[in-house]
Amino acid sequence: MLAYAFRRFLGAWPTLLLIITLAFFLIRVAPGGPFDTDKMLPPEVQANLDKKYHLDEPLWMQYGRYLWDVAHGDFGPSFQYKDYSVTELIGAGFPVSLRLGLSAIALALVVGVTFGTLAALRQNSRLDYTVMALSMTGISIPNFVMAPLMLLVFAVYLHWLPAGGWNDGALPNMILPVIALALPQIAYISRLTRGSMIEVLRSNYIRTARAKGLPERVVLMRHALKPGLLPVVSYLGPATAGIITGSVVIEQIFGIPGIGRYFVQGALNRDYTLVMGVVIFYGVLIIVFNFIVDLVYGLLDPRVRY
Amino acid sequence: MVDREKTAGLMQAAAGEEIEGRSLWQDAWLRLKRNRAAMVSAMILGVITLLVIFAPFLSPYEYDGADWDNISIPPSIETGHIFGTDMVGRDLFVRTLYGGRVSLMVGVVATLVSLLIGITYGAIAGYLGGRVDNIMMRIVDILYAMPFMFFVILLMVLFGRNIVLIFVAIGAINWLDMARIVRGQTLSLKHKEFIEAAEACGVGTLTIIRRHIVPNLLGVVVVYVTLTIPQVILVESFLSFLGLGVQEPATSWGALVNEGAADMEVAPWSLIFPALFLATTLFCFNFIGDGLRDALDPKDR
Repeated sequence: MLAYAFRRFLGAWPTLLLIITLAFFLIRVAPGGPFDTDKMLPPEVQANLDKKYHLDEPLWMQYGRYLWDVAHGDFGPSFQYKDYSVTELIGAGFPVSLRLGLSAIALALVVGVTFGTLAALRQNSRLDYTVMALSMTGISIPNFVMAPLMLLVFAVYLHWLPAGGWNDGALPNMILPVIALALPQIAYISRLTRGSMIEVLRSNYIRTARAKGLPERVVLMRHALKPGLLPVVSYLGPATAGIITGSVVIEQIFGIPGIGRYFVQGALNRDYTLVMGVVIFYGVLIIVFNFIVDLVYGLLDPRVRY
Repeated sequence: MVDREKTAGLMQAAAGEEIEGRSLWQDAWLRLKRNRAAMVSAMILGVITLLVIFAPFLSPYEYDGADWDNISIPPSIETGHIFGTDMVGRDLFVRTLYGGRVSLMVGVVATLVSLLIGITYGAIAGYLGGRVDNIMMRIVDILYAMPFMFFVILLMVLFGRNIVLIFVAIGAINWLDMARIVRGQTLSLKHKEFIEAAEACGVGTLTIIRRHIVPNLLGVVVVYVTLTIPQVILVESFLSFLGLGVQEPATSWGALVNEGAADMEVAPWSLIFPALFLATTLFCFNFIGDGLRDALDPKDR
C-alpha cells in the first residue's frame, strides 16, 4: 500500500510540471505584455523594468526562477488588482469556493446515491424511468443555463431567495448556487449508482444474503452498497474537476467572491499572472484530489493490486 | 414492420430460397428504429438543423441589424419578431438560429478534429503495441490529468478570442478519450484472423491500420461522436457565456444565454429561447448517442 501510494505520488509530478511549463511558455510567446504602453519607454527605464522583473535573464533562468517561486507558493503580483499578490487573492477566494464546492459535492453524493439506489431497486418501474429522465435533464441542461433560470423563478418572480451575493455564506444565499452546481453531478452520480447497483443486486452473494433470511435493509446497507458505490468513488475525481469548472460560472452568475470570479475577471482583463496562478492552483487541486480518490479506491476495493 | 419482414423471410425459406443475411449495420438500424426516444430526438435535431441553416434567410431581419422602433419587445406575431427583440432591437429569432449555426458548427468541426487525432493516435498505439504503446498511452495519462478547460481559457486570454482557436483548442482536448477507446478496440482486433492474413500477405503496417483496423472501429466511433458533439457544444457555450468565446456581433447559444441572463428581469424571453434551443439540442444528441450505443452493442443492455 505504501509503495503504491508512493508510486502514485511520483506519477503526479510530470502532470504538475507540464502544467507549470505550458503556462510559463504560453505567456512568453503571447503577443503583448503587461508593460506595453503606447509610448516608447526610454531605454534606461525599459532596462530597469526588465531588470526588476528579471526579463533580461536568459529564458531558462527565468523558467527556473518561476518554478522556484511557484514551489514556494509565490505566483507574483496581480496586474489588475494593484497592491495584491496573486497568492493573496487566491487565499482570499479559496475559503468561499471551498465551502461552495464541498457543499455541492456533499449534496450531489447524498441525492445522487439515494436516487440511483431507489431506481436500481425498482428497475423498469415508473420511479426508475422518472429518475432516469430527470438525470438526462440534469446532464443536458448546463448549469450556466439552469442557474439564471432558477434565479428568474425563485428570486425574481417568487422572491423566495436572494438574487445573488454571498453574505458570508448565509444559508439563503447558499441554496441556489449549491443546487445549480450540484445538479449535473447528481445526474451523473445517480446514473452511475443505478447501473452498478443493478449489477451488484443480481450477483450471487446478494442472493446468498437474501437466502440466509437477512432483512432487505441489511442486504442493501451491509452487502450491496459498498461494492455498488465503487464506481461513484472513482467518479469523484472527474466530479471535482466538474465542480471546479462549474464554480467559475456559478460564482460569476451569483456574484460570489470566490476564486472562480477572480479568474473570470482576470481572464477578461488579461491579468496574466492571476490567470496563470489560478490555472496552476486548480491543477494542483485536481491532482491532489485524484491522488486521494485513488488511495481511497485502493483501500475500498480489495481487488485492486498495488 | 418487423413482423412483415419475418413472414417474408419465412416464405422465402419455405420456397427453398436462401435468406439474405443481415449485416451488423442493418441489425443496428432495426434496433435503433425501435428506440422511440432516439428516433424522436433525431427528428427534432433534424428540424433544428434545417431551421438553423435556412430560417435566417426567410426572416426579413439581419442577425446584427437593429429594429429601432421595436427595442426589447416581447414575442409577438404582429411585429414579426416571434421571439421578441433584445436590448438593442435585434431580432431574437434570427439571432437564436444564427447562434445555433455557430454552436452546431463548432460542435461538428471540433469533434471531427478530435476524431482525426484520436483515431490516428489510438490505432497506431494499439496496433504497434509494446514499448511504443506504453509511451504513447503514458503521455495520454499525463495530459488527461490536466485542467484543460482552464488552459483553453488561458489560450483565449493570451491570443485573443477567435473562432478558429476555439475549434483547435476544443478538438485538442477531446481526442484523449477517443484515443483511449480506439486503442482498446484495436488491441482486441489485432489478433483476429483477417489481420493475420493481411500480415501474411505482406501488407504494410500503415495500410493495415487504414484498410483493416479503422473501418472496423466505426461502430464505437459513431457512438462516441454523437456523445462528443454535445460536450463540445457545451464547452463552446461555456466559453461564450463567460465572454471568452464568440465575439459580438457574431453570437452563439452560450453568448445569447449570457446576454439573456443579464437582461432576464426585464426581458425574460431573451434568456428563455436560446436556453430552450441549447438544452433541446443537447438532450437530442444525448438520447441519440444512448440509442446508438444500445443498437450497436446489444451486449451492454
